[in-house]
Amino acid sequence: MSEKLIDSGNNAAAMAVQLAAAEVIAAYPITPQTPLTEKLSELIAAGEMDAEYVAVESEHSALGVCIGAASAGVRAFTATSSNGLLYMSEQLHWAAGARLPMVMCVVNRGIGAPWSVWNDHQDAMSQRDAGWIQLFAKDHQEIVDITLKAFRLAELVHIPVMVNYDGYYLSHTYMPFELPDAAVVKEFLPAYEYAHALDPQKPESLNTVTLPDSRNDINGVKQPGYMDIRHNLHQEMRLAMDVLEEIDADYQQRFGRGGTPIIDPYCCEDADYIVVAMGTLANQFRDVVDRLRQEDGLKVGVLALQIYRPFPTAKIAEALQSAKGVMVYEKGLSYGNQGALYADLKSALYPYPARPQLHNFIVGLGGRDIRTEDLCQTLKSACLQDDLSSPEQTDTPQWIGLQL
Amino acid sequence: MPDSRFKVLTSASTSGPGDAGRTGSWRVERPILDYSRCIPAKTGKSACHLCWLYCPDNVVSKAIEPKIDLEYCKGCGICAEECPAKAIEMVSEENFVAGGEDE
Repeated sequence: MSEKLIDSGNNAAAMAVQLAAAEVIAAYPITPQTPLTEKLSELIAAGEMDAEYVAVESEHSALGVCIGAASAGVRAFTATSSNGLLYMSEQLHWAAGARLPMVMCVVNRGIGAPWSVWNDHQDAMSQRDAGWIQLFAKDHQEIVDITLKAFRLAELVHIPVMVNYDGYYLSHTYMPFELPDAAVVKEFLPAYEYAHALDPQKPESLNTVTLPDSRNDINGVKQPGYMDIRHNLHQEMRLAMDVLEEIDADYQQRFGRGGTPIIDPYCCEDADYIVVAMGTLANQFRDVVDRLRQEDGLKVGVLALQIYRPFPTAKIAEALQSAKGVMVYEKGLSYGNQGALYADLKSALYPYPARPQLHNFIVGLGGRDIRTEDLCQTLKSACLQDDLSSPEQTDTPQWIGLQL
Repeated sequence: MPDSRFKVLTSASTSGPGDAGRTGSWRVERPILDYSRCIPAKTGKSACHLCWLYCPDNVVSKAIEPKIDLEYCKGCGICAEECPAKAIEMVSEENFVAGGEDE
């Protein structure tokens, strides 16, 4: 039986991982992720989850343990936040390059220095080129659903998956959500099998020094070179978006929720102006959209981006190309340039002749309060802005809520 | 179970000579075996074979007279270090190059 409950986002994630029957959990505590892995350790200690909890001395080791587990053909899970994710960086690239499936929840938090325990997206954005699939949840129900789909996706495409959700906004707040039936989850998510699982009876050299050129191994079998392996990671990451849609369709059929695994549009059909945002910020914008439509008669909509890597270039360009204006609000940036999401979007729209006017807003860094009133005002003035400003001005990110 | 649309290229192969390519050209010192000292060669028995066991590139054969495949031997010298009979000497490759000092 599925179960309806009210609990925190971290506990929702933990219960999803329990349902997914992860066999190895290795994590290091870091705010605001800690309660998630604490819950998992409690479940394991109480005998309610059949898994090995490996206590480690760092995030680098946590992911190292997951890499070892996945190499042995075991379903692995870890979770972290902020500087913890950065400490994993080397291993992130390794897990992806080695094509090892695993799932990690990243409870998004600003990066030090200076220390901040509050939410923004800089941690995940800074790891966008590591070769991991990056999914973003907007509420507790999505944390559960996306985490379950993430395990199946990772194991089908052999690419690790990061499930991002906003620190505090989701991790520590309580919301109602439904936990799917364990028996149906088991059918949805079959056991993980790995062709190269470590086996003393069948020794193999894995990810040793791999030459620039392909070569024949001692059995005369052609082995790919480094560039070939990396090319396929890229190609198959692009293809993973199709697989995610298929998994989502199956999930929807079994559990009744889904349909928007890549982009989640709200009031976008007739919209002249579309906001693009990720995570809880996209949900906050639904109120803004309702208000501006009601009070100002502005045809606005909001498009939640549910996957950041691979970037859904075609889907997003298709959804946005006929809008007059697109406003990208984001909780992170590429220092010295612009918002990373904004730059990605701009590049996705470039080949389309009818591309909209783009605006970039930086909000909520290190947990700076994001006032709905500020969102309404900045969005409204961006919609009503005449095109008198220079291209350079329009292309410069605007910071919202600065207290300088 | 992986999806058949995904080739999942990994760097995985059976360990053996040539696993890292034709590494013989990396060598600056060549192992030279003196069978008059080598334990299996001297006793005619399949014994010792520590050179075979320790070679990180699997290029030493486990024979009564062990042979080293110079096509792949990187010249690391581990065999010479491990040999309890001091039967392996590492000799500079300069000695084997045409026009080298000793030629």
